[in-house]
Amino acid sequence: MDIRAQLSMSFNLDKCIGCHTCSVSCKNVWTSRQGAEYMWWNNVETKPGAGYPLTWEDQERYRGGWEVVDGTLRLKLIKDNKLRTLASIFFQPNLPTIDDYYEPFTYDYQNLFNAPAGDDQPVARPKSLITGEFMEKIVLGPNWDDDFGGSPLYATNDPNLKNLSDSQKECLTKFHKLFYFYVPRICNHCLNPACVAACPSGAIYKRGEDGIVLIDQKTCRAWRFCISACPYKKPFYNWATGKSEKCIFCYPRTETGQANACGHACTGRIRTVGALFYDAERIEETAKLSDDKLVEGLRSIVLDPSDPKVIEAARNAGIEDNWIAAAQRSPAYNLFKKWRLSLPSHPEFRTLAMNFYVPPLSPILHQVKADKGGLFDPETDGFFTELENMRVPVKYLANLFTAGNESLVVESLKKQMAVRMWARMKRVGDISESEVKNALSQSGLTAQDAEDIYRLNTIATFKERFVIPETHRESKTTIDPRSMYEKRGTIGFGFKTKEVIGRQW
Amino acid sequence: MDKLLFGALPYVLLAVGIVGAIYRYNSNRFTWSTQSSQFLENRTLFFGSFPWHYGIITILLAHFVGFLIPSSVLAWNSVPVRLYIFEASGLALGFLALFGLLALIYRRLTNSRAKAVTTGWDALLLIVLLIQVVTGLMNAMLYRWGSNWYAASAAPWMWSVIKLNPEVEYVASLPLFTKVHIFNAMLIVCLIPFTRLVHLFVINIYKYLVRPYQVVRWYSRDPKTENVVQYK
Repeated sequence: MDIRAQLSMSFNLDKCIGCHTCSVSCKNVWTSRQGAEYMWWNNVETKPGAGYPLTWEDQERYRGGWEVVDGTLRLKLIKDNKLRTLASIFFQPNLPTIDDYYEPFTYDYQNLFNAPAGDDQPVARPKSLITGEFMEKIVLGPNWDDDFGGSPLYATNDPNLKNLSDSQKECLTKFHKLFYFYVPRICNHCLNPACVAACPSGAIYKRGEDGIVLIDQKTCRAWRFCISACPYKKPFYNWATGKSEKCIFCYPRTETGQANACGHACTGRIRTVGALFYDAERIEETAKLSDDKLVEGLRSIVLDPSDPKVIEAARNAGIEDNWIAAAQRSPAYNLFKKWRLSLPSHPEFRTLAMNFYVPPLSPILHQVKADKGGLFDPETDGFFTELENMRVPVKYLANLFTAGNESLVVESLKKQMAVRMWARMKRVGDISESEVKNALSQSGLTAQDAEDIYRLNTIATFKERFVIPETHRESKTTIDPRSMYEKRGTIGFGFKTKEVIGRQW
Repeated sequence: MDKLLFGALPYVLLAVGIVGAIYRYNSNRFTWSTQSSQFLENRTLFFGSFPWHYGIITILLAHFVGFLIPSSVLAWNSVPVRLYIFEASGLALGFLALFGLLALIYRRLTNSRAKAVTTGWDALLLIVLLIQVVTGLMNAMLYRWGSNWYAASAAPWMWSVIKLNPEVEYVASLPLFTKVHIFNAMLIVCLIPFTRLVHLFVINIYKYLVRPYQVVRWYSRDPKTENVVQYK
């Protein structure tokens, strides 16, 4: 057993209201620079929708992630062998361009003040932030299809709609069946990251202590293979510096025990962060599992931090006590493994993503409801059992979160439903105790679990939602032997040394 | 004049190129690459980048071989058929590179996004490279057979420069186009540290072809970089 620690974020989609506060706080902290204007390390997508960049989930187009060929794992980007990929180094066929994200723009606000007197009201025309030229028309922007769940223009391009029956696809076109929900996305800090594997310069690495995946800016040579290889399209190319950048999980904050900027800002309190222990020896075999077994495989290599054997192995592996204590209170562990509520995004990409999503409940379309004049009695009308009639087709959620395995989605939804019934019994009291007991036992939860889930998802304090152990990098000096005193003010994007020879390039 | 251009200046240009490159690599490794603009424009780039790189890399390698083992080039060329094949493929590759270079220049001139990330150094480099490719093609077409007299006169001159005893008479009698080609080549070497040309020395075959896929760095453990997962 090669036990390692990983910081993991969980998103409760049932609570996400799509306010983009996370994206804005991330942008303000990290990507408000030239070359990074178009980057949203954290973005919130409306699903069904084309996403950002457009149709990022379509790996026939971008060739991101891994595939299993003759029993071994291979980057999808590498069609035959590495040499052939190396031969395409001067022009990458699978690279998205800025038009797949959007051309960053501002407005010519000065014209509102400086325009000469005339018959018409002056306007602020859009101006490209790359060329500085006026733009004829803005054709794409961040969250261009925000809240357009039923739009035939965008939503129909969603790759997750494949394998859905015609009646399930009515959710796109029939007004009374329309649905959409939000998926906030950051880098998944995978266990088997494709970006790391694809980098010709070896510039991308996973940190051993906390599992955060970073790009060494001084080693990056702008080959951009990470962008093509990452199936989540979360490394971005900075067109001004010529380097790739990605979500850094706010490591300067998490190292000191603070919450990530996106999680801290979340108004819906949908995000929780905690530590996970996993067995690194089994990464490869897990990534090779068949599609329907991937989520269970991922659950099995996440280890129980309360197991004395695991604790001992963690101590032997040099994991510090504050990490072990944090892992035992980790919301990520509870949601993913203990309660089995959360699921990874697109496990079929085989990168073993380490951020998890609690799939959203949605209104139940119940014929009975219409028959009864809009009334719905949760006890007699099968509120709990009628998941098949949810507006969001289970198949769609399964395409997003379980590589098509519907039973895992149903399990999570039933548990959430049972917890709601439990809470309603406590608060309102119009559901009988036996009904709730039945629902809980059917979904495999105890009353204590229900109470804990209820607490975490509603009234949990900041410290319960963000259990982030400090890393104490100042005491680990093998990479950078300078003391913290010497290092202060030197860590971040950009360098303090002045260009002496040549230009930036 | 020839003494200055081919006896003294080579040392200045080469010294600036080599010392400058080492200095830039050590002092500013962040900039040690080329700034790709495929992200901003990728249609014309395809017709520029592919032919340019494959044409120029092959030709550069041929020059290098001729410099290292001029006698074997002469021996190869002693049979006319082999000489024709050699010269013809060189010419074809030269035109391939020229086509690519022209496409790249056209792209830099017409695409406003590509223009936005083009600097004065880039423009200078494109001009110098165009001169180099055009004079090279002129040499190949006007003065037969280039590969023969390259091995017989340019290569010995280069060796004499390296041996710190420049024998200018080797190149003094060469036609103007050839002289421009030779001098321009040294200018390109000189430009390496100032321009995106540093990306000539970027590719690390080990890091891509041989290393295991995954890289893990530890703050608390040695070795600092440890590869855990081995794949095909």
